[in-house]
Amino acid sequence: MSEYVLELKGITKIFPGVKALDGVHFQLKAGEIHALMGENGAGKSTFIKVITGVHKAEEGEMFLNGKKVNFRGPRDAQEAGIAAIYQHVTAYPHLTVAENIFMGHEKVKHGIIQWKAMNEEANGLLRELNADFNATDEMGALSVAQQQMVEIAKALSMKARIIIMDEPTAALTKRESEELYRIAEKLREEGASIIFISHRFEDMYRLATRVTVFRDSKYIGTYEVDQISNGDLITAMVGREITDLFPKPEVKLGKEVLRVENLSRQGYFKNVSFSVKSGEILGLTGLVGAGRTEVVQTIFGAERYDSGKIFVEEKEVRIRKVQDALRLGIGLLTEDRQHQGLILDWGIGRNITLSEIEKYGSKIFTNEKAEREAAKKLAEEVDTKAVTIFDKASSLSGGNQQKVVVAKILASDLKVLIMDEPTKGVDVGAKAEIYAIMGELAKKGYAIIMISSEMPEILGMSDRITVMCEGRVTGELKRGEATQEEILKLAMAKSLKAAQ
Amino acid sequence: MATKSGRVISAEKPFRWKQALLKWEVFLVIIFIAVNIMNACISPYYMSVNGLFTATSSFLEKSFIVLPMAYVLLLGEIDISVGATVALSACMLGISFNAGMPMGAAVLICLLTGSLCGALNGLILTKFQELAPMIVTLGTQILFRGIAEILLTDQATGGFTKVAWFKNLYWGKVGPVPIMFLIFAVCAAVFGVIMHCTTFGRRMYAIGSNPLAAKYSGIHVQKIRFIIYTITGTFSAVTAIFLASGMGSARSNIASGYELEAISMAVLGGILTDGGKGNFPGAILAIFILGFLRYGLGLVNVASQLMMVIIGLLLIVVVMVPNLNLGRIFKKKETKA
Repeated sequence: MSEYVLELKGITKIFPGVKALDGVHFQLKAGEIHALMGENGAGKSTFIKVITGVHKAEEGEMFLNGKKVNFRGPRDAQEAGIAAIYQHVTAYPHLTVAENIFMGHEKVKHGIIQWKAMNEEANGLLRELNADFNATDEMGALSVAQQQMVEIAKALSMKARIIIMDEPTAALTKRESEELYRIAEKLREEGASIIFISHRFEDMYRLATRVTVFRDSKYIGTYEVDQISNGDLITAMVGREITDLFPKPEVKLGKEVLRVENLSRQGYFKNVSFSVKSGEILGLTGLVGAGRTEVVQTIFGAERYDSGKIFVEEKEVRIRKVQDALRLGIGLLTEDRQHQGLILDWGIGRNITLSEIEKYGSKIFTNEKAEREAAKKLAEEVDTKAVTIFDKASSLSGGNQQKVVVAKILASDLKVLIMDEPTKGVDVGAKAEIYAIMGELAKKGYAIIMISSEMPEILGMSDRITVMCEGRVTGELKRGEATQEEILKLAMAKSLKAAQ
Repeated sequence: MATKSGRVISAEKPFRWKQALLKWEVFLVIIFIAVNIMNACISPYYMSVNGLFTATSSFLEKSFIVLPMAYVLLLGEIDISVGATVALSACMLGISFNAGMPMGAAVLICLLTGSLCGALNGLILTKFQELAPMIVTLGTQILFRGIAEILLTDQATGGFTKVAWFKNLYWGKVGPVPIMFLIFAVCAAVFGVIMHCTTFGRRMYAIGSNPLAAKYSGIHVQKIRFIIYTITGTFSAVTAIFLASGMGSARSNIASGYELEAISMAVLGGILTDGGKGNFPGAILAIFILGFLRYGLGLVNVASQLMMVIIGLLLIVVVMVPNLNLGRIFKKKETKA
């Protein structure tokens, strides 16, 4: 028998016009946790889909326990004991947990579903995973982390021996990630082999023994995790050296541009106060669910506030709708750029000018020519990887979509830029570019509020850091003074107090 | 001008013959020509200036609803109360006129009634945004028709032909061109320009493509929705005026099924129900395709039931075409052989 439970050789997958995979190799040992890394568009997701039988490779061979296999569809892969947990949980929110776990392989006797047996078995699986919810709970009522646990339980219910996780920690908080690490370890001890894709280095260090890197659809190499340095790994992924990931320029701070005082919204946040100066980058952090997004959505006029005051350049203002915020010079890059930031069906040009069509034409008529020129200039300013401004936004990678959204808010005459998780789902190379753009914007005198859950980003880019916990501001730290531990302590201030 | 890394992003639209020829409007023009050839073969009198204009009079009065319906569909929404709005507006016109008002005032009341009906739809849908337009307008459809029936019971209200200018709205001509055709042409041009050349039009496309992104881009989504539903009511009243002018009377049961005709014309024109798609010229072409087809079938005395079957089938086949992956069908054949 072969040393490897799963081995792929010379896999090539061609989509019309693009080679998504170009002769890649991969070897998975029994009982191993193996990280798969690479920039967005490197071919990781396609590769996973080849393993799970969703895509059929044009060339190459796949061996399972040394035996050559040929999957005709996802069903074959499932029966062979391969399960995948995708980045976006594809669940049925209105069904129960047990129904989700057994979807497609329900426990049936004479054509009738055996509810009792199914619920019992589901509860058994959940207990094994230390889950704090029941098989009869509705899926939609669970948190993302809990839903992911259901997906894992589903994999276990199918007796999967090879489990693939695509960005499992992307939507999880620190504590939830810890829980996931624990489960992954447990699965490994029980003999499962795990492949996981992640942009977070922390995931890799915590879990994986080996890491395979793809770049531009090609196989770059497989490394022992404890024998490769951070820098070498980034170089392998990006193909060039990134000397300074956080190019935070020294900027002389100007006057205060935005101040909020005791901003409150029932059930979401209470008495939130902070201010930001021209040229300053204010980091706003906290655990997921701390109310950060709700606060900035309110400042942007997308949600209402119950009480409190907002000042722009020392003058008190009322913000009731998005138009008010834009007129006052406050722009927001939403966290969910695919649904809130962009019209994916449209070309990048039209996306960039959408908020400001009146500026290029008149109040009534549009001026296509002026818009195109402006869009071209802005798209080039942020260095978008596109051929023309008519390229559809959906055709770009996450990082480049983010650049288009940045270009879009630069089209407006703004003073305050609020960026909600600006590098979420963005690969290392594009991250560095987005940080560089942020630095330049600060230099130009924009006041920037950056929401982020990623510690290195918060510590690397912010002049000041405001920490929130359960809807309240729990502390403010200066650049240089702040440490990871201190931020975490403030971010969990409430639950720590409760524990005491 | 180029990026830091030296990349130049082109602002020139790449032109591809294949794409230009595969456009939906090209396809519609072909069908349009085919329908006209068919009609010309059926009747020797059809292919004349007079014959063609006479043909347009058989469908243009209800086509006024297609103009705003194109907008509603562009938003990804639907309004099925338009037929009932036509009936109610026409009844109000007749009642006001027969109560002794001058025809001009009655026409204004008719327009006002239609606009109010549309505004009611708009108000409900913008105040309660989670409601489905299909259901709300189904409700108002029954409501408007019900009010019309209470007002007129099963009586007709008529005598409109006494007012010459009003009769001429439908029957009058300037040279060979019907007055209704001229008015329609002007309205269609205005609607087309608004859809494709104005900020309002661009915003409609944005809302139809992604309402959330539109909101975050500072677009008054609800205001625009309200305006469009109101205009839809107004133009339903315009249809009511031409209908009343043509028939010389009004009843509470007129214009039933107009909503479906208007929707099918717009959809055939490429303005699909999922929003953000299609071009205005397509909708105008579709009006004339379906109108002329119906007229031609009428010339050879095809029974109206059979006509419905033919038009229904045509609609299904035509909207199926873009979903057929022709390339794949050919490929399958190759591998089989």
